Amino acid sequence: MKGTIKQISLFAENKPGRLAKIAEVLSKAKINIRAFNIAEAGDFGVIRMVVDDADKAFRALQSEGFAVSETEVIGVQMKDIPGSLYEIAKSLGENNVNIDYAYAFITKTEMALLILRVDDIPGAQKVLNNIKVRLVDSSEISSL
Amino acid sequence: MLDYWNAAAERTPFEELREIQLRKLRQLVDNVYRNSLFYRTRFDEAGVKPEDIKSLDDITRLPFTFKKDLRDNYPTKMFCAPLNQVVRYHASSGTTGKPTVVGYTRGDIDCWTTSLARSLTACGLGRGDVMQVSYGYGLFTGGLGMHYGAEEIGASVLPIGVGNTERQIELMMDLNTTAIACTPSYLLHMNEVANSMGISIKDDTSLRVGILGAEPWSLETRKRIEDLMDIKAYDIYGTSELSGPLFTECKCQDGIHIWADHFLLEIIDKNGDPVPEGHKGELVVTTLSKEALPLIRYRVGDITVINNEECECGRTHPRIMRIMGRADDMLIIRGINVFPSQVESVLMNIPEVGEHYQIIADRNGELDEMTVRVEVTRAAFSDKLADLMKLEKKIKEALQKVLNISTKIELVETGTLPRSMGKAQKVIDKRKI
Repeated sequence: MKGTIKQISLFAENKPGRLAKIAEVLSKAKINIRAFNIAEAGDFGVIRMVVDDADKAFRALQSEGFAVSETEVIGVQMKDIPGSLYEIAKSLGENNVNIDYAYAFITKTEMALLILRVDDIPGAQKVLNNIKVRLVDSSEISSL
Repeated sequence: MLDYWNAAAERTPFEELREIQLRKLRQLVDNVYRNSLFYRTRFDEAGVKPEDIKSLDDITRLPFTFKKDLRDNYPTKMFCAPLNQVVRYHASSGTTGKPTVVGYTRGDIDCWTTSLARSLTACGLGRGDVMQVSYGYGLFTGGLGMHYGAEEIGASVLPIGVGNTERQIELMMDLNTTAIACTPSYLLHMNEVANSMGISIKDDTSLRVGILGAEPWSLETRKRIEDLMDIKAYDIYGTSELSGPLFTECKCQDGIHIWADHFLLEIIDKNGDPVPEGHKGELVVTTLSKEALPLIRYRVGDITVINNEECECGRTHPRIMRIMGRADDMLIIRGINVFPSQVESVLMNIPEVGEHYQIIADRNGELDEMTVRVEVTRAAFSDKLADLMKLEKKIKEALQKVLNISTKIELVETGTLPRSMGKAQKVIDKRKI
């Protein structure tokens, strides 16, 4: 989808060595990780990440037997000042767009990026365009 | 206190017991051949006639009987006595599909009662004892079976059944209960509840004997129970098909005495061939005295070892050692029979679940716990945690509906469960039994 980022998500058991294994696979495939997040639920967790080459990462992990998926998420460039997250979340909420999860990182070019998984991507894009925030897509992530 | 309920019968020399067994076996075979269409057909198919049974070894010429036969002949088509002579029925819960019905003539009830009277006497119980029967009453054979046995030896019976634990403990105190019959895990639970009430079963009650069974339990559990409550804990054995609870250990606690004048035992291997004494195998029982529903070479399914040596207690009847497992990999979880095939059929009906799974039985504190490990396939995977938790809940509820027990679901990575290693790998029983 235009204007979105491909996120890699995978299932991992919550036990010693699993993250190392995943990192090893990515390392061997020469994948550079831009943003990374683990959500844990007891015995297992879901690892989500934004990488420089999502399709390559997907194939590498899948061939190692992981349950992995590609998810469309939205990348929002935030002003690195107080109140910018509030403005984004408030606008989405008022327009009935639900945020399933979110995580943020700062690029080496000092850009604050917010990754959002929402239940209505076109809706979210419209809202965010209206409040004049810039959306970042996969090609831009690759060239970071 | 009596040493034996019936010294002559319990100390019959082994060779004489064998003679009694042969005589009764021949009568039984003759009787069922004439009275039961089921057995006559089976014997004819196997090409065996009653007159072929000339020695006890000839029993191997007779076909086996299976639990499936009881189901297929539901409710009473396998009965050999006229139904108007049946004075009681019991029935299984039907957890594994169709329930089974068992019936008893007056003589069957007497035989059952006498069997337990001998056993309870061997545990040092008798007149003056107060026996709290905390096995379930009703269609389950445990409660009523124990009740009649305890009354027979002159004990005062407290027919309380299962549950209402605080009341159990109050009555145990007020009526000076000396013996209790229940599952080992329930007794341990009772001990915890007593502690929470500020009561010590060890110090504040007269309890001295536990007749414990109806679920697998280990020697370690026995030791814990005996130490915690300062009682002697005896293992009990029986199944509803054979009558219900029938046999216990004696004071030597070295195997369960099986009354050989009423029951003939064999131990067989996977191919159905006899295994030498002292080796483990599947228990096969022939009921020599039962009238309503005699069973010939009944495959109980429990794995054990037989010991024909005379016991230190002076009893000559063979003993079986603590049950080591099941031939059909059935699990008993909190008293409920669980067949892995049931779990499999539930899982395979859930599209998100892959073909690989594993069942783990374990003990958490005193309670059995069953965990089902399921691989998360690409189809089942979602990057949203809530979806995965919903899947866990869906599997748990589907299993609960069929098995009647609560299970723990563990989602694991694709490819991590053992593959094509045979059936046994799918079930891991970590409980020490």
